[in-house]
Amino acid sequence: MNRELAIDATGLTKKFGDFAAVSELSLKVPEGQIYGFLGPNGCGKSTAIRILTGLLTPTKGSAKVLGIEVPKQAELLRRQIGYMTQKFSLYEDLSVSENLSFMAQIFNLPRDLARSRITELMDTYRLNELANQLAGTMSGGQKQRLALACACINKPKVLFLDEPTSAVDPQSRRDFWEQLFDLSEQGTSILVTTHYMDEAERCHGLAIMNKGWICADGSPLGLMDKMQANVIEIAGNDLRALKDRLTAFDEVSSAAQLGNRLRVLIDKAQADPIGFLQATLGANEPLQMEQVRPNLEDVFVDCTGKPLPSSPVQEAGK
Amino acid sequence: MNINPMESLSRIWAIVTKEIRQLKRDRLTFGMVVMIPLIQLLLFGYAINTDVRNVPVAVVDQSGSAAGRWIVEAIKVTQVVEVKTHYALVEQAQDAITRGEIRAALVLPPDLTSRLANNQTIGQWLVDGSDTMVAGAIRQLRSMPLDQITGQSSNQPPTFEVALFYNPEQRSAVNIVPGLIAVILTMTMILFTSAAIVREREKGNLELLITTPIKPLELMLGKILPYILVGLVQMAIILGLGYLIFDVPVNGDIGQLLMGTLLFIAASLSLGLLISTLARTQLQAMQMTIFVLLPTILLSGFMFPFEAMPKPAQWIAELLPGTHFMRIIRGIVLRGGDMADMAPDALWLLGFTALGIVLASMRFSKRLD
Repeated sequence: MNRELAIDATGLTKKFGDFAAVSELSLKVPEGQIYGFLGPNGCGKSTAIRILTGLLTPTKGSAKVLGIEVPKQAELLRRQIGYMTQKFSLYEDLSVSENLSFMAQIFNLPRDLARSRITELMDTYRLNELANQLAGTMSGGQKQRLALACACINKPKVLFLDEPTSAVDPQSRRDFWEQLFDLSEQGTSILVTTHYMDEAERCHGLAIMNKGWICADGSPLGLMDKMQANVIEIAGNDLRALKDRLTAFDEVSSAAQLGNRLRVLIDKAQADPIGFLQATLGANEPLQMEQVRPNLEDVFVDCTGKPLPSSPVQEAGK
Repeated sequence: MNINPMESLSRIWAIVTKEIRQLKRDRLTFGMVVMIPLIQLLLFGYAINTDVRNVPVAVVDQSGSAAGRWIVEAIKVTQVVEVKTHYALVEQAQDAITRGEIRAALVLPPDLTSRLANNQTIGQWLVDGSDTMVAGAIRQLRSMPLDQITGQSSNQPPTFEVALFYNPEQRSAVNIVPGLIAVILTMTMILFTSAAIVREREKGNLELLITTPIKPLELMLGKILPYILVGLVQMAIILGLGYLIFDVPVNGDIGQLLMGTLLFIAASLSLGLLISTLARTQLQAMQMTIFVLLPTILLSGFMFPFEAMPKPAQWIAELLPGTHFMRIIRGIVLRGGDMADMAPDALWLLGFTALGIVLASMRFSKRLD
């Protein structure tokens, strides 16, 4: 396992006044991987991306992207990265083809190369029939395809995507991820932030962020295996009341209703979670209990629901 | 870091063409480029008229002499006053002033002829002093040389002589139109540049742009170059229409005119850039522009004579690029002067531009924090 690291960051901290947007963030992304930041709004995902693209200076810590130190040598990096901002940041009063050729000019693509590159991108991202449409009049999914096309104009080695799918319908999201895997296949490393579980599950590697800390990282499967809780599904009646009773126990870190089932996370310290539940609830109600495989949402709930650990960076996957 | 000048030029060109495309699509702003000078020119040219004409007055001629009639005719010829009526009694005239029917009355005493012969004061103006402009105009009539009025004592030298240069008809449009170039360029150049950059930040374009290879100076140059063209178009509109509508001559050399205007455009654009690094929103950029524009209108010598202002106001005015350009443009357009005649003002504008660009590039960084 001697792959090159596309992104290598250690101990990144960014403070705005007294508020720490990112704390002690360490990150290793191998080349060609899709790495995800999963977390609620305001957890520091965007700040982390902005530090890595050289837009923000970290208060503490250091980061290298493609072996180039940021933000000190960020100018050297500019030609090799692509960045898709959270908000659509192309010119709404320029057309699709005008936006693309503007970006090509800014990246100093020679005219012939620019023309063939734009044709290629318009084919790949299905922008041909929109070529002369003003970007401001397009739908969320169309804008997103244009933004990705523009971010790829210089064939970047690393792509930074800040919540790329937040304004997009499910079908467009599926298409978008197909395109990301195509890029990854071609060797592009991708750092993507999201608050969708299904998207996080598609990443090669994943960091779950909460209040500026990475509270768990690793591959999605590894994270599920490593989870500090067992998952029990309870089927029965009167689940609302049952939920309130259960969450009062320290051993129960969370209980969430899914239709006529209740999904309960019980600390792994309890060796026999079903036995524990039957004992605490008593047998006066006919409840069906079943231990199920944890999913990513369980992992997320389990680690963001807990108080911050004193040493928050867990070395996962070791 | 290696900077390839060709790559740099092509990036600046990318911004310039993009900016022109956006300007063409922004119909309102595009319209303003033409409408601001047009409307302001008509507004200021017609409405601001500091010449006092046709003040309604009455005459109380107690002498009934031929000399009295000559004097009244001579006063009519000045066009400063318009003789509405004649009264027999001074009290009637005073009542008419109180009622506001007339602004002033000329009283000629019964012994007018002998006063004329003895070079005494020949009469009295009764003036409604509430409007200082009107009063000032009448006061000028008071000191009108008598020998010219009567035409009798032609052997005497005139008490004084008035010679008017450059604007013998004393039309205010001649002074207003070149001054308007300074005011309008202050407004549009500062506002357009500051808003153009703040808009990129507000709309989020800047966050994307600064992750690309473009350099801050390239971005700034690319953004201001199209507006230099806009400024020259506006100057051409003002001077062209000023000539056609208000008959304001352009006495100076076109080359000098271009040089002076470009210098002022550069100073205004650098101020606009500086504002753009301070303002967070387009509204703030607008407010800061007005903060500069108002003193430029009031203190630069556009509305009131610079020399007549109190010293502290003059000091403030000297800080404004508009004041210096006002002198340059009036010098070139009205007196046919050239830049060498106004070297201190030109140098001041040059220094202001350099300082503005240095400060703006220092404040603008390719970081968000």
